[in-house]
Amino acid sequence: MKQIKKIAFWLLVLFLLILICLPGIWIFVSAFRPNPEILSKPANWIPDRWTIHQFTQMFSINGYVSVPAFKYLMNSVIISSVSTVIAITIGMMGGYAFARFNFRGKNSIFLSLMLARAVPGISLSLPLFILFAKLGIINTSFGVILVYVAMNVPFTIWLTDGFFRQIPKEMSEVARTDGCTRLQAFWNVELPLAGPGIGAAAIFAFLLSWNEYALASIITRTVHSKTLPIGMMDYLDEFTINWAGMCAIAVVMIIPALILTFIVQKHLVSGLTFGGVKG
Amino acid sequence: MAEVKLKNITKKYGDVTAVQNMSLDIPHNEFLVLVGPSGCGKSTTLRMIAGLEEISGGEIYIGDQVVNEKDPKDRNISMVFQNYALYPHMTVEENLGFSLKIAKEDKEEIETRVKEAVQILGLEELRKRKPSQLSGGQRQRVAMGRAIVRRPDAFLFDEPLSNLDAKLRTQMRTEIKKLHQKLKTTVIYVTHDQVEAMTLADRIVIMKDGVIEQIGTPLELFEKPATKFVATFIGSPSMNMIEAKITNISGELYMETNDGISVLIPKHKKNSLAEGQKIFFGFRAEDIVPLKFGQKPKNSWSMTSKVNLAEPLGTETLIFTNLGNTEVVSRMFTPELVNSNDDLEFALNLDRTYLFDGDTGLAI
Ligand SMILES: Nc1ncnc2c1ncn2[C@@H]1O[C@H](COP(=O)(O)OP(=O)(O)OP(=O)(O)O)[C@@H](O)[C@H]1O
Ligand SMILES: [Mg+2]
Repeated sequence: MKQIKKIAFWLLVLFLLILICLPGIWIFVSAFRPNPEILSKPANWIPDRWTIHQFTQMFSINGYVSVPAFKYLMNSVIISSVSTVIAITIGMMGGYAFARFNFRGKNSIFLSLMLARAVPGISLSLPLFILFAKLGIINTSFGVILVYVAMNVPFTIWLTDGFFRQIPKEMSEVARTDGCTRLQAFWNVELPLAGPGIGAAAIFAFLLSWNEYALASIITRTVHSKTLPIGMMDYLDEFTINWAGMCAIAVVMIIPALILTFIVQKHLVSGLTFGGVKG
Repeated sequence: MAEVKLKNITKKYGDVTAVQNMSLDIPHNEFLVLVGPSGCGKSTTLRMIAGLEEISGGEIYIGDQVVNEKDPKDRNISMVFQNYALYPHMTVEENLGFSLKIAKEDKEEIETRVKEAVQILGLEELRKRKPSQLSGGQRQRVAMGRAIVRRPDAFLFDEPLSNLDAKLRTQMRTEIKKLHQKLKTTVIYVTHDQVEAMTLADRIVIMKDGVIEQIGTPLELFEKPATKFVATFIGSPSMNMIEAKITNISGELYMETNDGISVLIPKHKKNSLAEGQKIFFGFRAEDIVPLKFGQKPKNSWSMTSKVNLAEPLGTETLIFTNLGNTEVVSRMFTPELVNSNDDLEFALNLDRTYLFDGDTGLAI
């Protein structure tokens, strides 16, 4: 009886795993075969002919470019990195303040930050579009960075607040009686201790920016500022869809995300739970 | 090299007054112990001296400077915390040298001073270890080493031994005392353990509810407690304390307990008492002894009472018995077996009794 239960359990796990991984596997194999084969019926799981044509074309290795994917990749890298650095810097300072200081309206400020995070991004798209158009920062990397910083700051504050709370406050007190200013105590003692947590928060922020589609699709227009997820749409022509090209871009997007997720997975649960201690 | 002075220090947290109007002069090189029950404001006082807590009123002097507005880093004090608060990401020697590194001392100076501290505390083998690889006692030592290295004007200790087991605590207590004799620096030491206070202190400050109850040397507090609280707090086992009322029986003053036991008031106490006054009547365990195993004191009062329980502790035996309805404890230093339920005659040494006012608790 126990044996059967165990087998059933693992079968269920296997089934769920396949269910989750299937689209990923499909994207991966499709990136390496010609477009017509993707559309063949019945579906062909193992490509008859492997090709890296989509990748060479994407990075214009053979001189001909249909979609400037390399530019999109650069945009994505720059926008995600810069917005992450800014968001984590602000988040770290904010999180430290919430964890260590008492000030008036502390709880309501914290709550409103979290509520801001709860607003569905897409509902902001129209006001954002008008505002950005008026300010003349539509279709610029700067505009996208601004949006992503705003999107990520509440999240990084929430996470780093939790990490700083984990460090006993005696740590900075003893550093201060050891001759440190508050800033030196932060820099020499609290930051190194919170370091791994802050790194994890930064990766979360990076991934959110990296994968973001809805808002970017509104405020980016051209090759100037489009990120990879938006650039992917270039493969949609009026009459044809280059599924293979899309899949290739998806692979380029997924790989860094996958690597970062592996790095951060240890902190994933702990980070989210100690952030959650705060109400 | 500095004395520490508190002048009318007050600390309020909103409506809560943690420390009230506290004044204290701590001369250079004194070992001062702040002792009192939990929540009486010991840590708060210490943290105000360190500069970690703002002062709501009054002035603190270190040397001849008012330090109220100074940052902890400018006060030249070292603090040792109850949980040690070692920097977990640094090795023992980095922990020890940290304050010097911050003060931008040169490498050689840091090395000599770290070496010195390591030798004093016997940490040579552990220099390269991280705090997580140390035992509680070793961590305690590192925390003290970190304080020593800085050569501060004053050491502040907040219950530094309370996380250690009993044996290690006694051992570290002795070491702290020796260290103080070697370093000759002002020490302010917080504890709630009266034994620690008695053994370490040059002077003890007993606090209760944010106010100083009494300041004095350990012996002064033991022999001349100013209040009932001090009397019961200092000494182990705690002083026996019985509620009584002053009565006049044919011209002589007696104290009469609730259950009708009368004891003659010693002559030298008579003048400060009035008939009908409510008092507490206190005496230490060693001043009430079974007659069978001790000598009858010159001026005594006797009773026969049943033994509730006897605890032989080797050099001494504690005997719990009743005086009227109140349980009292007697301590005898003769190694004799006493059985529960034995009837014994006890003699109370009246010259060593203490009287406290029933309302104010002040000594009479
Ligand atoms: N941050 C704070 N906010 C409000 N009240 C506080 C704060 N810190 C301490 N108190 C109060 O001040 C009083 C004194 O606290 P303190 O920590 O000095 O006690 P203590 O004598 O060190 O006790 P213990 O032996 O338990 O350490 C207590 O009543 C405590 O509740
Ligand atoms: Mg305390």
